[in-house]
Amino acid sequence: MGEHIIDLQGITKSFGEVTVLDNFNLYIRPNEFITLLGPSGCGKTTLLRIIGGFEKPDEGKVLYRGQDIADVPPNKRNFNTVFQKYSLFPHMNIYENIAFGLRIKKMPEEAIREKVLNALEIVNLPGFEARYPDSLSGGQQQRIAIARAIVCEPEVLLFDEPLGALDLKLRQGMQHELKKLREALGITFIYVTHDQEEALTMSDTIVVMHGGLIQQIGTPVDIYNEPKNKFVARFIGESNIVDGVMHQDFEVSFADSTFTCVDSGFAKDEAVDVVIRPEDIKIVEKAEGMLQGTVKSVYFKGVHYEMIIENGAYQWLVHSTQMEEAGTEVGINIYPNDIHIMKKEENH
Amino acid sequence: MKALKKVYFYLVLLFLYAPILTLVVFSFNDAKSRGRWGGFSLRWYQELFRSSDTMDALLTTVLVALCAAVISTILGTISALALHKSGTFFRKSMLNLTYLPMMNSDIVTGVSLMLLFTFMHLELGFLTLLLSHITFCIPYVILAVMPKLYGINQNVYEAALDLGATQMEAYRKIILPDILPGIISGFLISVTLSIDDFVISFFNTGNGIKNISILVYSSKTGVKPENYALSAIMFGAVLVLLLIINLKEKKKVIEESGK
Repeated sequence: MGEHIIDLQGITKSFGEVTVLDNFNLYIRPNEFITLLGPSGCGKTTLLRIIGGFEKPDEGKVLYRGQDIADVPPNKRNFNTVFQKYSLFPHMNIYENIAFGLRIKKMPEEAIREKVLNALEIVNLPGFEARYPDSLSGGQQQRIAIARAIVCEPEVLLFDEPLGALDLKLRQGMQHELKKLREALGITFIYVTHDQEEALTMSDTIVVMHGGLIQQIGTPVDIYNEPKNKFVARFIGESNIVDGVMHQDFEVSFADSTFTCVDSGFAKDEAVDVVIRPEDIKIVEKAEGMLQGTVKSVYFKGVHYEMIIENGAYQWLVHSTQMEEAGTEVGINIYPNDIHIMKKEENH
Repeated sequence: MKALKKVYFYLVLLFLYAPILTLVVFSFNDAKSRGRWGGFSLRWYQELFRSSDTMDALLTTVLVALCAAVISTILGTISALALHKSGTFFRKSMLNLTYLPMMNSDIVTGVSLMLLFTFMHLELGFLTLLLSHITFCIPYVILAVMPKLYGINQNVYEAALDLGATQMEAYRKIILPDILPGIISGFLISVTLSIDDFVISFFNTGNGIKNISILVYSSKTGVKPENYALSAIMFGAVLVLLLIINLKEKKKVIEESGK
């Protein structure tokens, strides 16, 4: 237990008839950047609000360094939250906004001044003290919200889709800043988002959630390369998922062909799901391909072309920097490392 | 074209303010006649301040207006806060219930309040006058505060809690300053409504307690020039109040943009 800063044990939460979280268990280590990732309605925001103290779980415990804090109100927790919609205090200038938490703690004015100016420095907005929130852009407001949260020196910083309202370019910039910020502060970040790219870019650990349950926990690389089930495979990036049969260790057949793979430990002739990422399918001359197919459609996506290649009853989504005209007959190759085998599940 | 616009503008102003201007001018008229100018004098002002009836009524009016406005502003604001936090169905039905008295004609409100007070064996007088004014002011305060509450980002309240504020501190430091303009306008509406009211006051006062409107309406000799003086003073008071509010707003705007 010693090395967990937060333990969630058997958290269940319902709103009316709807069970949002169902016997949810998770631990969070100190100084971790952990992202709760899932589609809207998966329970991630509710979970964050339970950690922050804004909602009470119906059942289960929230342990902070081993102590149950389910009944501790938000103002008594050493966590701070960066909310989705900035939530700056409109009638206060930036200085007063950032100083708010420190004034509540009755800190002497000199210490407040030093901390506020330092926080503005950290979020790269020095000189903004006298401005009012509505004179700032969305990105600037969100940085002030971050400054206001970090100035209280919390042990855990909670983020509720903080970049959701920003445009793409700004979002990408902020992702890098947040990552740097966490390294500089050395505190725990718990981050909620539905944006898989955001999660992959910033996190140490990603918790993929769906229907109030954890689908998979892992590093971004693990989650991307080794999705545990169809939901994760579909939600994180794009993928081709087809039915397959595992004949023996390292040998799987799908799309009416047999392939060598790197997976083992399945029963003989066990039915499995096969996941292949679109960028892992290689287009070759028709004669050299393991499978043959016809290009049905081509879309230019900037960095790559997105093509649908039809091979009998199968349609393969392929990303490639090399373009093939629609109607061209091509061969496609899939190499052992790029074939990912998942156990069949009933519910997904 | 530009000249025409200007002429039109001044015509509108004249139309709006000619009556009040006439009133103010005639309050300084030495002659008793309504239509003839008999030279400048402060005679009516002197008579006004000498007449104890009028001064009593003025005092009653101001006292009732201020007390009613303060109390109904507090009660109305608290109700608005509670309504804002409650469920949709309850809120909507309660709001409709509070708005009903506003639609109701004054005579119905006045008579029914009087009946209630008599039924409760409350002697009609200052207290019942004040209570009746509080009653009809509260809905207006709620109406003025509610939109401000809707405009608040709910996250702002939670952000205050998140930063260590207790619920009371969050309300006092974050919610109240945010809805303050609504509270102030609720207060001002209450003051004006209370000063203006005749019908409800008429039914709910007794014991010789009179406010200005009752005094004027019940005067046997009709409207006297000293009433002009009184009206001019009241108009002046409202004008000063408005100027103060506007100057305060302007100062705030300058502060915000200047920094």
